[in-house]
Amino acid sequence: MTPKTLYDKLWEAHVIRREADGTALLYIDRHLVHEVTSPQAFEGLRLAGRKPWRTASVLAVADHNVPTTDRSQGIADPVSRLQVETLDQNCADFGITEFKMNDHRQGIVHVIGPEQGATLPGMTVVCGDSHTSTHGAFAALAFGIGTSEVEHVLATQCLLMKKAKNMRVQVDGALSQGVSAKDLVLAVIGQIGTAGGTGYAIEFAGSAIQALSMEGRMTVCNMAIEAGARSGLVAVDEVTVAYLKGRPFSPRGPDWERAAAYWRTLHSDPGASFDRVVALDASTIRPQVTWGTSPEMVAPVDGRVPDPDREPDAVKQESMRRALDYMGLEPNVPIQEIQLDKVFIGSCTNSRIEDLRVAAAVVRGRRVAANVRLAMVVPGSGLVKHQAEQEGLDRIFREAGFEWREPGCSMCLAMNDDRLQPGERCAATSNRNFEGRQGTGGRTHLVSPGMAAAAAIAGHFVDVNSL
Amino acid sequence: MEKFTRMTGLVAPLDRANVDTDAIIPKQFLKSIRRSGFGPNLFDAWRYLDEGQPDSDNSRRPLNPDFVLNQPRYQGAQILLARENFGCGSSREHAPWALVDYGFRALIAPSYADIFFNNSFKNGLLPIVLDAALVDSLFREAVATPGYRLTVDLEAQTVTTPAGQVLAFAIDPFRKYCLLNGLDDIGLTLQHRDEIQAYEARRRLEQPWLFADPVPGN
Ligand code: SF4
Repeated sequence: MTPKTLYDKLWEAHVIRREADGTALLYIDRHLVHEVTSPQAFEGLRLAGRKPWRTASVLAVADHNVPTTDRSQGIADPVSRLQVETLDQNCADFGITEFKMNDHRQGIVHVIGPEQGATLPGMTVVCGDSHTSTHGAFAALAFGIGTSEVEHVLATQCLLMKKAKNMRVQVDGALSQGVSAKDLVLAVIGQIGTAGGTGYAIEFAGSAIQALSMEGRMTVCNMAIEAGARSGLVAVDEVTVAYLKGRPFSPRGPDWERAAAYWRTLHSDPGASFDRVVALDASTIRPQVTWGTSPEMVAPVDGRVPDPDREPDAVKQESMRRALDYMGLEPNVPIQEIQLDKVFIGSCTNSRIEDLRVAAAVVRGRRVAANVRLAMVVPGSGLVKHQAEQEGLDRIFREAGFEWREPGCSMCLAMNDDRLQPGERCAATSNRNFEGRQGTGGRTHLVSPGMAAAAAIAGHFVDVNSL
Repeated sequence: MEKFTRMTGLVAPLDRANVDTDAIIPKQFLKSIRRSGFGPNLFDAWRYLDEGQPDSDNSRRPLNPDFVLNQPRYQGAQILLARENFGCGSSREHAPWALVDYGFRALIAPSYADIFFNNSFKNGLLPIVLDAALVDSLFREAVATPGYRLTVDLEAQTVTTPAGQVLAFAIDPFRKYCLLNGLDDIGLTLQHRDEIQAYEARRRLEQPWLFADPVPGN
């Protein structure tokens, strides 16, 4: 038999039929839904008189618009409120399981799926959200879809798709002290570019990937989309299986052993062929800081802001100039001299318990610098928040001068009240540094949780190891 | 979905690479629960000098005179000429909704982000891929020639310049078929209801845990 990649296996297991041109009808096992990209899909169902195909496959949660401060009064912004209420209503009307805003399990959709065991190896997982790639950390074929496709999956449990190409990102060796999964994936994006993975499913492999916890693997797969790939993947190993044991949606009893046995087959076969292979040596990766308005615009913390004059490609040079202008940065400035106004620790990239532990270890017994106007921690879910409070992490953050908030997307995209003012500069553990992402005119630098914590204490970027 | 067959339209050149969906339609407009009305906020942060909100009266907002779509010569443009990796970032279908609502019917670029590319087809918006060197020459011609119009013929898979140069483009046959006929692909998929059910029945035996009911409580 021809050796297969993990992606090939997942793909083939879900193809129901194939058109002559290769377009496949693909079966979807898990459909995650949030309030921003679903209202028009439910409306479409109603207009066509259709019903969801299999409601048990759907799990819904409001995360993008929810306030991260006191929720007892509901949502103040009437437009946000209507969107969240519309989700509640749609879920009630169609019989869909939803974790409502005040449910203790509520959180960012990509945090709660794995946390609940609603994301399992071998599944196809979709959500009207590009960071659905996160779930690929469990060897699930997971990818973001648009609202028309949300409607299509609701109505048919299927999607029409063409198969992507296979790419393997091979990262071997050990990460240095203070260097995390976030730095690893930013270094990958810096190398292949934000369109480097377009048209591919990326499997992350190698000893550095295997050494990561599930949280770290999720951080890496989360940002596969920032490299242009709709899906990121990591093979199943014992770390995966152990993580899933006993989760609310995980299989139990005799099903558990059967499932785990199948999951252990979910890896690329030796000799499987990839259309593209990229290799990195983990030991050479330094803590990363983005300096521009695209995640590929990234430099090591001990580096400098690059000089567009040295860029030979005219289109790239123009993008760099525009980015530096927007970011209010001069070429050749040392990254460590960049002063910050705000620090945001949160988002589906880095708001899990392990991320909070790393950040707390950095800030313990220290104070947020005077020039940092706001430093906030937004846990990824109610359960993460609870766990962190059990461990006393909230106290460590509060005593250092951080705000400790309710779970949600928050300042990752600033659809609620958490946002940057024009010109404000933020160290953020999120995934996008696009113009205006965290608020109109706001300037975002993407970093790891440890680096964000260190930046909050120093007031500017520093190597987390130097504190 | 509206059919797409053949059209001739004014071309607006947007000379930036990696235009992301946050730029195409900023997040504050994603709070809408409707599919229409996004056109006035297309490229909002570039198009206006102030910060727009969902309840802003766009007709009273100060326009950025430097932004290409605000220049008189590009009013009524139906074809957007763009650079590589257009539509990167989020999955928001509000991006093609805003482009269509503004009046665009076709896009021409060297490459697009995958999700955006997909979403465009679902909304009768044709994202044409042409070689970067060709796109570059179209940029030069569009900027040099006021009233520069291109003809897009989906059936023939061609873009024709005013000088009569015919540029061929590739497209998936299935996508072409759906677009030419304005087909709703949910209806098409439901024609395979029996196959979907048969697949489901088989998987229910092989991997019953995938079909468990959600467990309430924790
Ligand atoms: S945390 Fe940010 S990237 Fe993740 S789902 Fe929310 S808005 Fe999207």
